Amino acid sequence: MMQPFTVHEGIVAPLDRANVDTDAIIPKQFLKSVRRSGFGPYLFDEWRYLDRGEPGMDCSQRPKNPDFVLNQPRYAGATILLARENFGCGSSREHAPWALVDYGFRAIIAPSFADIFYNNSFKNGLLLITLPAETVDQLFAECAATPGYRLKIDLAQQTVTKPDGSSLRFAIDPFRKECLLNGWDEIGLTLRYASEIRAFEARYRERYPFYFVKG
Amino acid sequence: MAGKTLYDKLWDAHLVRQDPDGTALIYIDRHLVHEVTSPQAFEGLRMAGRKPWRIDSVVATADHNVPTDPQESEIKDPVSREQVVTLDANIRAFGALAYFPYRDPRQGIVHVIGPETGAVLPGMTVVCGDSHTSTHGAFACLAHGIGTSEVEHVLATQCLVAKKSKNMRIWVDGALPEGVTAKDLILAIIGKIGTAGGTGHAIEFAGPAVAALSMEGRMTLCNMAIEAGARVGMVAADEKTIDYFADKPFAPKGALWEQAVAYWRTLTSDDDAHFDQEIHLDGRTLVPMVTWGTNPEQVTTIDSVVPDPESFSDPVKRAAAKRALEYMGLTPGTKISEIAVDQVFIGSCTNSRIEDLREAARVVQKLGRGKAENVKRVLVVPGSGQVKAQAEAEGLDRIFRAAGFEWRAPGCSMCLGMNPDQLQPGERCASTSNRNFEGRQGPGGRTHLVSPAMAAAAAIFGHFVDVRSL
Ligand code: SF4
Repeated sequence: MMQPFTVHEGIVAPLDRANVDTDAIIPKQFLKSVRRSGFGPYLFDEWRYLDRGEPGMDCSQRPKNPDFVLNQPRYAGATILLARENFGCGSSREHAPWALVDYGFRAIIAPSFADIFYNNSFKNGLLLITLPAETVDQLFAECAATPGYRLKIDLAQQTVTKPDGSSLRFAIDPFRKECLLNGWDEIGLTLRYASEIRAFEARYRERYPFYFVKG
Repeated sequence: MAGKTLYDKLWDAHLVRQDPDGTALIYIDRHLVHEVTSPQAFEGLRMAGRKPWRIDSVVATADHNVPTDPQESEIKDPVSREQVVTLDANIRAFGALAYFPYRDPRQGIVHVIGPETGAVLPGMTVVCGDSHTSTHGAFACLAHGIGTSEVEHVLATQCLVAKKSKNMRIWVDGALPEGVTAKDLILAIIGKIGTAGGTGHAIEFAGPAVAALSMEGRMTLCNMAIEAGARVGMVAADEKTIDYFADKPFAPKGALWEQAVAYWRTLTSDDDAHFDQEIHLDGRTLVPMVTWGTNPEQVTTIDSVVPDPESFSDPVKRAAAKRALEYMGLTPGTKISEIAVDQVFIGSCTNSRIEDLREAARVVQKLGRGKAENVKRVLVVPGSGQVKAQAEAEGLDRIFRAAGFEWRAPGCSMCLGMNPDQLQPGERCASTSNRNFEGRQGPGGRTHLVSPAMAAAAAIFGHFVDVRSL
């Protein structure tokens, strides 16, 4: 289900808060859903809307908080989130990356991320880029000063290119990189061995035909 | 070369491939599916445009959320209803070997219906998005509980990514005395090795006392392996195991049956197999057990008292005991037999099979009177439609009803209170389920884990009693 990540260019939305926890990313009342899609409208629900969100609400009718960054017209259609340290802390809910991806984010840039959130995000095709705090500060400043501020991320090259053409390099674990570049989730990885599995299954079926009874 | 353990044999038979670091792909024979942990897995498949690898490996039912009140005509809670309706839709869209939906005469707790229909057979690998999948190890299966992302993984690839566990054997000598059951045995084991005692291990239960257990008793034992920290609990196959499947709908027939039986007879640990850890118990010394705390390791015998937290030398255990007694509203030194109960729950995948219900009914019949005044409610919840029908054919429902017990429809019920069957805050329950965690049976509810006979006796007396004395 993972969309491969190769090169991506998009509008940057700056979320200027440290320690954004997964409960803020997607509040607990939305966890009862039977889906992993459809969380986008409730992303950052308590900050984004002025009323209390409940599952199933039509969010287009709800009063929006005009001060919240994602509600500002200049950040409409943002696909890259700029964030502060320890982004994604708190509960282990995989609903947090599900909500970010469903909203349309492809990458998040921050000085640091919480562990479980980091793992969960890569499982869901969301690229997390860790850059030094001063660099992130600089990006926040440029983003505020430049309407329509965009960044271009090249995963193969491990670079973030700014509008002026200058590039920042980032580090990433080679295995995670390969998975993202190819769009491999864990299932995708296992399916690389599909012919091995098929061959095993054929031998197995011959040896233990009694496990394939249809009743 | 040393021989193989049962676990080694099952692992080897299903090993598709293994990386140098030990990460392996294990082929899965049977995938049990229920409404709570499957919706996001099916949705993931759909979003990725993937097809299930082998849909005839899937057996599905609705159990966690379903109401067990026979009067209730529909699922009132919208969240529960949506999960059940979503399962219906997913099975309709993707298919399955068998599906036992809400209100189907064969619907029931997933771990009861698997073996009962012969959909789970000796030697299989069995997975389910539920930690008590260890139950199926009773039939010499390699059975794992898995998470939702793994449910999707197994649907899509027929494999589970796993690393091999270590081997542990728990050997029980002698025979269990009258009034002492598989439930008491497993509680005694957990009391001895602790809730983390089996971590990283696949446990094989063995020895004369285990061999003497019925298949139902072996299921009770393996069911709670997870409460000892082991994802896998197993018992070797013997003639009892094989006989159990003789007339099951999904069991092989004719020549295939003969072939299967020949293989199943090999599903034992070799005499010279190596175990990383061995534990011995003497079955003859066991006594009916009652938990006093908020994890299954906090357990003692019916003839003793609520322990003093100060008696624990380990500071972590001492603090845990203190907290547990506070939550449970118990004072150290109180006789276990003096603890009064408000509700009794007989059911769950630990103890909801026909043998469990017979055991409870026998106690009720022997005592010849109804539930105690102080006991507000006694729920008897059969594990499946088939168990319910069998119990009714034997007249067990009449015995329970005559004693003022409620005879319910199958489901998980008050094992976890996801449906309307819940304890009120502060209420105390004698329960045949497997987890006495805080709030498990309802917010603020207090759970004491016991055997079906002990639960039935507590219902009649209004407090715990030693069933050996009846
Ligand atoms: S009966 Fe309880 S433990 Fe068993 S599957 Fe249902 S909820 Fe889980």
